[in-house]
Amino acid sequence: MSKLKTLSIVAIAAVALSSCGGGNKAAHSEEAGESALSGSISIDGSSTVYPVTEAVSEEFREVAPEVKVTVGVSGTGGGFKKFSRGEIDISDASRSIKQKEITMCEENHIKYVELAVAYDGLAVIVNPGNDWVDHFTVEELKKLWEPAAQGTIMKWSQIREGWPDEEVHLFGPGTASGTYDYFAEAICGKKVGTRGDYTASEDDNVLVQGISRDKFGLGFFGLAYFEENADKLKLVGVDNGSGVVKPSLETVGNGTYAPLSRPIFIYVSDKGAAKPQVKEFVSFYLEQAALLSAEVGYIPLPKEETAKQVSAFENFCGN
Amino acid sequence: MKIREKIIEALLKVSALVTVLTTLGIILVLSVQSFSFFQEVSILDFVTDTEWTPLFAQKHFGIMPLLSGTLIVTFIAIGFALPVGLSIAVYLNEFAPKKFKNIIKPILELLAAVPTVVYGFFALTVVTPFLQTIYPDLGGFNALSAGLVMGIMIIPFISSLSEDALSAVPKSLREASYGMGSTRFQTAFKVTVPAASSGIVVSVILAISRAIGETMIVAIAAGQQPRLTLDPTVPIETITAYIVQVSLGDVPHGSLEYKTIFAAGITLFIFTFILNNISFYIKKKYQEKYE
Repeated sequence: MSKLKTLSIVAIAAVALSSCGGGNKAAHSEEAGESALSGSISIDGSSTVYPVTEAVSEEFREVAPEVKVTVGVSGTGGGFKKFSRGEIDISDASRSIKQKEITMCEENHIKYVELAVAYDGLAVIVNPGNDWVDHFTVEELKKLWEPAAQGTIMKWSQIREGWPDEEVHLFGPGTASGTYDYFAEAICGKKVGTRGDYTASEDDNVLVQGISRDKFGLGFFGLAYFEENADKLKLVGVDNGSGVVKPSLETVGNGTYAPLSRPIFIYVSDKGAAKPQVKEFVSFYLEQAALLSAEVGYIPLPKEETAKQVSAFENFCGN
Repeated sequence: MKIREKIIEALLKVSALVTVLTTLGIILVLSVQSFSFFQEVSILDFVTDTEWTPLFAQKHFGIMPLLSGTLIVTFIAIGFALPVGLSIAVYLNEFAPKKFKNIIKPILELLAAVPTVVYGFFALTVVTPFLQTIYPDLGGFNALSAGLVMGIMIIPFISSLSEDALSAVPKSLREASYGMGSTRFQTAFKVTVPAASSGIVVSVILAISRAIGETMIVAIAAGQQPRLTLDPTVPIETITAYIVQVSLGDVPHGSLEYKTIFAAGITLFIFTFILNNISFYIKKKYQEKYE
């Protein structure tokens, strides 16, 4: 009995000590700011930006092996929530910060800078076994996804005449996702949202699984996830009134794939940028973004645009 | 010595209290949060509205779609597990050689030890594609495959508990049946099974209550789309899967959306609570005593 007690006290003490130790070490390196970087960088946010950030952090490991980079995926909204509480250094975002989130940052005295890192297109996807869809018009997408469609537009034949009289099974990101916000705004209009009776998941793999195994499935998510799974899915072009356009490097980069293309961002907090490892990481990120974003299926920013982001970050650090 | 006895006694009492207090604490948290939920959403809406979209701009708080999802999966699971489990129980008790039974019973119980997340992936990546070869229009997420795999998971609940009940039937009854000239089959289904019926019913109720509360299988394989339907081939969402979805997402604590999981949770709790009490009651009231 007493033996057990001593043992547990030792265990508790050990845990407490080790956690203190970690804290001290991080604080120490902040003060020192040596060229051999150490410490940690915590990043969270959009699942759409995740592949780029993950690729950059892998490369960064080779430059600064002592720095521990953790990248979470809790959706753009989830990321901003942690960001505004000062829990993370960098927030991945697939849309701009919302007024509500700006207010939260102000309340907690968090200053930040928005840096665009690449472009992304939203892909509208069906099952490869779907042989009737050639393209969607923006109106058709609106008719299918707007809130009024809930419980009424249930069959393919209701979207366009001649399509099968079968139930359409919808898949899409959940409401915490920036991709959802973007799609809802681009297709259905500001602040109305979409219908709610579809399979909603923050995990893009769930959507890929769902659509690839369902002949009557239809969904949307970031173009990069389509490219990773191109063999299991069918990409559908969208007609915005000036012809059918399929998302690609070219059409997203030059803006013809409208309204479903957008920039993706990282947000860096002032407290984060004060840490040398974070500052170095962000500079590295902007430097590598063009190359690495293309590698994971996104569309790189033009050079002059990248230069703007670099100077924006330098200004931010300067103040 | 006496002090030591007292300490041990106290420790035993504390461990008993911990479980009771945990249960009370859970009930308390569920009730308090649900209470504040039902101040904003009327109970009438909660039970009669046929749509469940609390996370979207146009909010509906009808529990029916989640309930129908839960019940349809449970129904499929029991529909699969009851005949199979009962057949296994009868076979093991009446027909199988004793040695074989002693080997096969623990192996069967292993089914209950498989982590449910593994069952979930089994349903999603093996059972669903297989069913699609038979019925190509089946959705990638559906209640059918989740229900069948859940059925596999609860077979040991039914087979083991039923077998215990069957083997508790005294030998004299069975021998009397043979003495009257019955075959083994007649003895099994006309004498032993009816005599053990209370135990079998209890095993089924426990299995139902397990199936209603099961989470991982349905969260992975049944989809995340609340809809009021009895069609097992389309994606649905169960109460448990909804709770997982919201807990993992980034719904702000204290918001109405957040409280929906407690309202859903208490609905679930009420169901399993009632079922457990029914099984307790049946066990007490109908257990036949042969002495």
